[in-house]
Amino acid sequence: MTTEESTVQPTAGGETRNLAVRLRTIAGHRAVWPLLALAVLLIADGFVAPGFFTIRIQEGRLFGTLIDILYRAVPPALLALGMSVVIGTKGIDLSVGSVIAVVGATIAWRIHEGDPHLVILIIAIAVGLLCGAWNGFLVAVLDIQPIIATLILMVSGRGIGLMINLIYGGTNPSFESPLLQGLSVGHISLIPTRLILFAAIFLVLWLLIRRTALGLFLESVGGNAAAANHAGINTRLIKYSAYLISGFCAGWAGVILTADTHTSDPVSVALFSELDAILAVVIGGGSLAGGRIYLGMTLIGALIIQTLTTSILMSGLPPEYNLLVKAVVVLFVLLLQSNNFRNAVVSLVRRTSR
Amino acid sequence: MRERYLPLAATITVFVALFVTGGILYKHFFSTLVIGHILADNAFIITAAIGTTFVILSGGIDLSIGSMIGFVGVVMARLDTVGWHPLESAVLMLSFGMLFGAFQGFIIDFCEIQPFIITLAGLFMLRGACFMVTLDSIPIRHPFVDAFAGANIPLPGGGFLASSAIVMLVVLVIAIVIAHFTRFGTNVYAIGGDRPSAILMGVPIRRTTIMIYALGGFYSALGGVIYALYTSSGYPLAGTGNELNAIAAVVLGGTLLTGGVGMVAGTLFGGMILGLIATLIIFNGSLNGAWIMITSGVLLFLFIVMQRSLVGSFSLRRTA
Repeated sequence: MTTEESTVQPTAGGETRNLAVRLRTIAGHRAVWPLLALAVLLIADGFVAPGFFTIRIQEGRLFGTLIDILYRAVPPALLALGMSVVIGTKGIDLSVGSVIAVVGATIAWRIHEGDPHLVILIIAIAVGLLCGAWNGFLVAVLDIQPIIATLILMVSGRGIGLMINLIYGGTNPSFESPLLQGLSVGHISLIPTRLILFAAIFLVLWLLIRRTALGLFLESVGGNAAAANHAGINTRLIKYSAYLISGFCAGWAGVILTADTHTSDPVSVALFSELDAILAVVIGGGSLAGGRIYLGMTLIGALIIQTLTTSILMSGLPPEYNLLVKAVVVLFVLLLQSNNFRNAVVSLVRRTSR
Repeated sequence: MRERYLPLAATITVFVALFVTGGILYKHFFSTLVIGHILADNAFIITAAIGTTFVILSGGIDLSIGSMIGFVGVVMARLDTVGWHPLESAVLMLSFGMLFGAFQGFIIDFCEIQPFIITLAGLFMLRGACFMVTLDSIPIRHPFVDAFAGANIPLPGGGFLASSAIVMLVVLVIAIVIAHFTRFGTNVYAIGGDRPSAILMGVPIRRTTIMIYALGGFYSALGGVIYALYTSSGYPLAGTGNELNAIAAVVLGGTLLTGGVGMVAGTLFGGMILGLIATLIIFNGSLNGAWIMITSGVLLFLFIVMQRSLVGSFSLRRTA
């Protein structure tokens, strides 16, 4: 979108008006603003840090800041994908960080017990799904508000992770697992494995949401649950499936993060990650009022957050500024999305220009 | 018994049951000393939760509490090093808390953005601001802090009511008066109970929303002041996750998260239940911190399910 905008050159007369209309339709597209934000961030980085865009091959794999951003963005982006589906149903999943803690503790425990590592991988994803099933049960069956329903697992999940660690007397146990570490930090030819893994999960989700009726059902439940129910959609089942998807994504994020550090650290792993995931969805244009699922836009949102984090680190600003900058950016994006705010700004500008 | 008192009654029952359990299991548990300690240790979180009660009663939510507690602490500690009296900096921070809350309330109402996401940005902003003030723990050395920590009212039976607990109880009484005996309080219940009706009845939505979040900000800043004086230091990570404890205290106190139903007094017992669980686990000695998280989660679950069934069977929301 951004390239299109820059190539458009205003000419004389009616054509200008035509172009103006076209420009406006482009600017009205939901993908423009987040993409523009990402582009601005990247260009600014290019000026601040020379060699920002260089990608070279070292030790048989790709190296470079851009690759690093993609690499680090995988776990939060996975969480954000699941979150976007849940938010699409007018829900929210606060428990994803705690799910990662539980998954990590389970991995360390089963490795300690000597299970085959492929089985452990399956168990880890199953644990993620189980957590999702619990949340889904509370929201869809017991009709509890999503914020609160998932708050329960958020509060107790890290405790459960600590308990699992204690089963065999370990605190923050470390482990070795060629399979899991291969998935997390390994690479297939030039490309980091986790990027391939992410692409596969993204594709599966995209097919599920956009090439089956499930996506339509999810959005209709989020848009108007009562109407969806009258239209014959099993709203409970649909909501349930949204939390299962979120649990599934969190399970994979848990595998990647846990294998990355070789340890299970339930207290501090993925702290605040649920908030980042929600921010990624919101920046990507997903409304917390539900009814819309934008997987691609959510991915862009996650990339913006990761680029922002990396930029703050590279700019030499102390990392303490990270949270503050993030907050200001989010607030700005939210304000831009609000009609009242835009109208107020427009009328203010008109008044001052007169 | 009126149906709307049922959640509060359930909360008090659970509190008494837990306390009696502790008394049966452990010697010396049945004492004003234990009660006094629970009150003092949890005064800051209960104070913050009192403000949150208003926010939740109105159908909103405030996630910025924990960061506010941390931010108030570090600023007070920082001002202490340049010679401010803790009371002066406390007044400054209380006004800041109120303004910050009002700002959040204004954006929530004016831009029609969910309170969840705005206060989430507030959480980030204040925590980031904490890190900008200091990265280390700063002690507050003013003699007033020692005087504050030392002041208490002796209770019969060897216990005592610490100054932080006294402050908490005073502001609790004020909050009860605000909630049940002022027009503002009625408006809060009206907005939380049925927003469209409240609008039609002419409840000033914007003014009330701003006041609700300003009150929430004030109370969480006061929680921060109490915490800073109680620990006599400011630490940039202080209060992390406390927003969830505060929300849990409100829920355990019998306030419905959908808004409109609940009592401020319940929050005191909700916070005390959380404190009691922690105390019981500490008394046990063999259990560790993980149990505190898990039992809090389980209790939260039970209470929410109980609330759901109450709402279902008595249609609480209509009678309240």
